[in-house]
Amino acid sequence: MKSIEDLLSEHPFFAGLPAPMLELIAGCGVNVHFDEDECIISENAPADLFFVLRSGKVAIEVDTPRQGPQTIETISSGQLLGVSWLVPPYRWTFGARAIDSTSAIAVDAACLRGKCDDDPELGYEMLKRFAVLVRDRLQSTRLQLLDLYGTHAS
Amino acid sequence: MVPHMYRVLSRRQDLADTVTLALAPIDGQIATPSIGQFNMLWAFGIGEAPISLAGVDDDVVTHTIRGVGAVTNALCAASEGDQIGVRGPYGTGWDLDGAMGRDILVVAGGLGLAPVRPIVTRLFARRADYGRAALLMGARDPESLLYRDELEAWRSRLDIEVEVTVDSAQRSWRGDVGVVTRLIDRAPVEAANTRAFVCGPEVMMRFCAQALVDLGVPPAEVFVSLERNMHCAVGHCGHCQLGSSFVCKDGPVLSWAEAEPLLRIRER
Ligand SMILES: Cc1cc2nc3c(=O)[nH]c(=O)nc-3n(C[C@H](O)[C@H](O)[C@H](O)COP(=O)(O)OP(=O)(O)OC[C@H]3O[C@@H](n4cnc5c(N)ncnc54)[C@H](O)[C@@H]3O)c2cc1C
Ligand code: FES
Repeated sequence: MKSIEDLLSEHPFFAGLPAPMLELIAGCGVNVHFDEDECIISENAPADLFFVLRSGKVAIEVDTPRQGPQTIETISSGQLLGVSWLVPPYRWTFGARAIDSTSAIAVDAACLRGKCDDDPELGYEMLKRFAVLVRDRLQSTRLQLLDLYGTHAS
Repeated sequence: MVPHMYRVLSRRQDLADTVTLALAPIDGQIATPSIGQFNMLWAFGIGEAPISLAGVDDDVVTHTIRGVGAVTNALCAASEGDQIGVRGPYGTGWDLDGAMGRDILVVAGGLGLAPVRPIVTRLFARRADYGRAALLMGARDPESLLYRDELEAWRSRLDIEVEVTVDSAQRSWRGDVGVVTRLIDRAPVEAANTRAFVCGPEVMMRFCAQALVDLGVPPAEVFVSLERNMHCAVGHCGHCQLGSSFVCKDGPVLSWAEAEPLLRIRER
């Protein structure tokens, strides 16, 4: 069986990360599995983990008063679930649910934050990678806000 | 410049505001169109609008029209047997024949699936002539997916990858949610050996073309279809002018290498 460190090293998010850093992150991670339709995170709950998706597909959801849960984004293997663990108040702003049977590595946020505080090089490396993720999500959100396909869009 | 008279052979209501009309000639017909070209459709007493070809089958031309104003609403309201004026075909087309042996990526957004539909049908007909092939489709929500039955049929064939994503959806939708550019990163093609055809709202095409170039597809191998207000459709009136180009004659299909500088020109 592959170790958490091996699994992380194969994940695109951690590509090129030096082995000692991978080892530090792996020390905060455990393998988890979610069945189809299982809730992974709930809106407003403490963001004490993030998930490195290995297989499957996850819907990021927001509850709306009239239409119920709306999916605002789906993410799948090779991607990462959760950025709210990075900055206070460490609360999930959206919920997430497995659409398919999903395997991931759950990384303990408090554990990794502690290691990042102790090792600024690791902290900076993680922030650089998460900044790309946040930028990509921001760009996607802006495009979605434009309602490109609406009648008055172009 | 005089339109030929065509009869509405069939009418399909695709979406609340979108209709597909199959038109058959009554008194002479237009020249055989290339895929990607457009016709000027004339709603009598109202006016003309440029509409891309969504299909060509012998003499019958198929157009998918979204009602947004006087002309397109009148065209959408046409019933079987009604007459419509057709002149064309105009403009440049999708050069699929020139991409034999290469991987093919078709990226469509919303109503942009209509002009690329003939690429997909031709790909199926001549599948062995091309490398890997994928259709990436983006829409506002599952309810506004154009040609849903056809998409499902294409998807069930295993020789072309069909990926669909929507901007938002209710829980019952099991597919992808997110912008169409995100599908590009995981498209199963070899970027340097790919020809891409992109059609949809202009902002979507800009972001997709850039994502394709970032992936490694050469700008001269990324083709987009531009839309500008048109009047004559033959390069005379200047309505569709962008820089020194006329979208009706030099386009609507242009490579990204040609289109990108033109799109930087601000219209007044
Ligand atoms: C080459 C080409 C191919 C096209 N193919 C199709 C097609 O296959 N199906 C289809 O439904 N439409 C297509 N269009 C767009 C279509 O021509 C316009 O929607 C139509 O001309 C609008 O005329 P109207 O009288 O109905 O509305 P108008 O009263 O002229 O306009 C109504 C609203 O639509 C906007 N509008 C007008 N023209 C365009 C345009 N070209 N792009 C974006 N917004 C516009 C106006 O700004 C206005 O807000 C194409 C346009 C071009 C240039
Ligand atoms: S529409 Fe007249 S020049 Fe293009």
